[in-house]
Amino acid sequence: MGQVVIASRLSDGLVVFLRDKADPSGGAGNGRADWVLQLADAEVADDDSRAAELLALGEADGAAIQSVVDIYLIEVEEETGQLRPTKAREAIRCFGPTVRPDLGKLALAERALAAGN
Amino acid sequence: MYHYDEYDHALVKDRVAQFRRQVERRLSGDLTEEQFRPLRLMNGLYLQLHAYMLRVAIPYGTLDSRQLRKLAYIARRYDKGYGHFTTRQNLQYNWPKLEETPDILAELAEVEMHAIQTSGNCIRNTTSDQYAGAAADEIEDPRIWCEIVRQWSTLHPEFSFLPRKFKVAITGSENDRAAVRVHDIGLIMKHGDGEGAGEAGEVGFEVIVGGGLGRTPFLGKTIRPFLAKEDLLSYLEAILRTYNMLGRRDNKYKARIKVTLHETGAEEFARLVEEEWAEIKESSLKLPKPEMDRIAAHFVPPEFRALESRATAEEERAAGDPAFASWVRNNIVEHKASGYAIANISLKPVGLPPGDATSEQMDLVADLADEYSFGEIRVTHTQNLVLPHVERSRLPELYDRLLAAGLATANVGLLSDIICCPGLDYCTLASARSIPISTQISERFADQGRLDLVGQMQIKISGCINACGHHHVGHIGILGVDRKGEEHYQIQLGGSASEDASLGKILGRGFSADQVVDVVEQLVDVYVELREGDERFIDTYRRVGQAPFKEKVYGTA
Repeated sequence: MGQVVIASRLSDGLVVFLRDKADPSGGAGNGRADWVLQLADAEVADDDSRAAELLALGEADGAAIQSVVDIYLIEVEEETGQLRPTKAREAIRCFGPTVRPDLGKLALAERALAAGN
Repeated sequence: MYHYDEYDHALVKDRVAQFRRQVERRLSGDLTEEQFRPLRLMNGLYLQLHAYMLRVAIPYGTLDSRQLRKLAYIARRYDKGYGHFTTRQNLQYNWPKLEETPDILAELAEVEMHAIQTSGNCIRNTTSDQYAGAAADEIEDPRIWCEIVRQWSTLHPEFSFLPRKFKVAITGSENDRAAVRVHDIGLIMKHGDGEGAGEAGEVGFEVIVGGGLGRTPFLGKTIRPFLAKEDLLSYLEAILRTYNMLGRRDNKYKARIKVTLHETGAEEFARLVEEEWAEIKESSLKLPKPEMDRIAAHFVPPEFRALESRATAEEERAAGDPAFASWVRNNIVEHKASGYAIANISLKPVGLPPGDATSEQMDLVADLADEYSFGEIRVTHTQNLVLPHVERSRLPELYDRLLAAGLATANVGLLSDIICCPGLDYCTLASARSIPISTQISERFADQGRLDLVGQMQIKISGCINACGHHHVGHIGILGVDRKGEEHYQIQLGGSASEDASLGKILGRGFSADQVVDVVEQLVDVYVELREGDERFIDTYRRVGQAPFKEKVYGTA
């Protein structure tokens, strides 16, 4: 079980996740937030202390750059090698509307893969 | 239909320019989200689970073909190729970008549309009977009064910051197709009785106040049995002033007028309204006849041809084509003009989200409106579309065109014509998904013969207690709740939003998502087994009570 910082991108409202740009290995960050579109690319905090650091980093970036809004932590767990939020609401938020799988995050990831990104 | 005058055009154009500047200031960081949020909401722009959502007002559910084509274009150009028609006769786009929203609003302004007052604690879009101006049972076209209310309530300075949002519905028929008893104000057009409630034969309004759904559902109460037309605005103003004064601002869950009315008492509330009204009845709010006539002139019926009431082409096709016969029986409604029909277009195909229409479907319906219905389209609060004026002899060709586009589902008013909110698939307030429950029910009851056998029935599904899916007034109401992070569903029985309005009662303990459809099927089976004669589900339920349904589902009454 871990925690990830989630937010909405101001310009288009799309759901984004925080990655510590300065330290992609997941170590202690130095305040350089990077917002990514896929949960798989987010940094997972293994304990509450790191989660609090990441949330502070995200909130500081949100306040300074104003590029994201509605910033908070969600719980995630690994399931068959993939990250998945533990709550239904956040799972739907991370992967897109279940009734239109052609439109949400999964479709976005598939299109990116197909394009070789 | 109503067309903007120079003031309407200027007002909407100014609002687009104003919002464009506000968006620029937000994107540049000059406005914080806290400062910007109320500004975007005033323009119908919400931030939902996956993206922004823009709610576009469709005044009293009336569109012309040019407007529907524009909605289709916006869906294609700025969104993901579809829109969602709502229970308040509006349209929602689920994926607009903030930076492009001013352009969308400018596009809407070109066709006399906007998103003003589709959010916030103000008077929202006035809704009405989708068959207005066409229904055989209509006393008068209610859209004239909806338009007068729209003009009065738009940017009304006194009512822009009410304790809570405020919704008005008007019906022109005794058969309530606008759910007036579950609105903050419901108006029913009726004839005076000559015995104190209006002059005999005079047309006016019964005024119902304090209806609403949500976490505290109430049916509205009649506070004035008859109101003369000329007094409409002064009386509405008196109600709103009374509510504005008494309505609670300390607790948003107790701020709607339904709670105010309940806590004050209907009689006392009515007395206070009458007292206020006495002060303003003879003010400039009294509607002058020329002004009423000016608005009414926008709603003059189209020039119907003189036609025989029966159409050979329709009857011959129905005799040899059961699918067409089902469509006519379920989707076609009697028109006031001989030889014409009202054609409902179901947006509830088997297995797809209720109320959604693609850009291509919207374009097609716009074309069909031009070819078959004087360019007019209506949106229903049950999330379907209507072509209000179709010659009966042309129904077979209309049906073929709709069938080819997946728009000929013959289920209007039947079990799979489900009202359903966006639920947890889109909505940030939702506790559980509602659309998948709806699509699974429609798949279970996909067989047309079975649907026809079950007959008139209303299932309504909400993904949370806010009740946007009207579950309190469904014959079967389904409410999604969050139980320790898992989706769970409560069932209610016995609700109705029509002239026989009633609130449903909870059946018992709830069910997981994979149990709900089985439970619905059990409830339908009980009804089919117990019904007598032409009883609808609701009639049988009212006759036999909850016990047999409970026994079937839980094994005990």
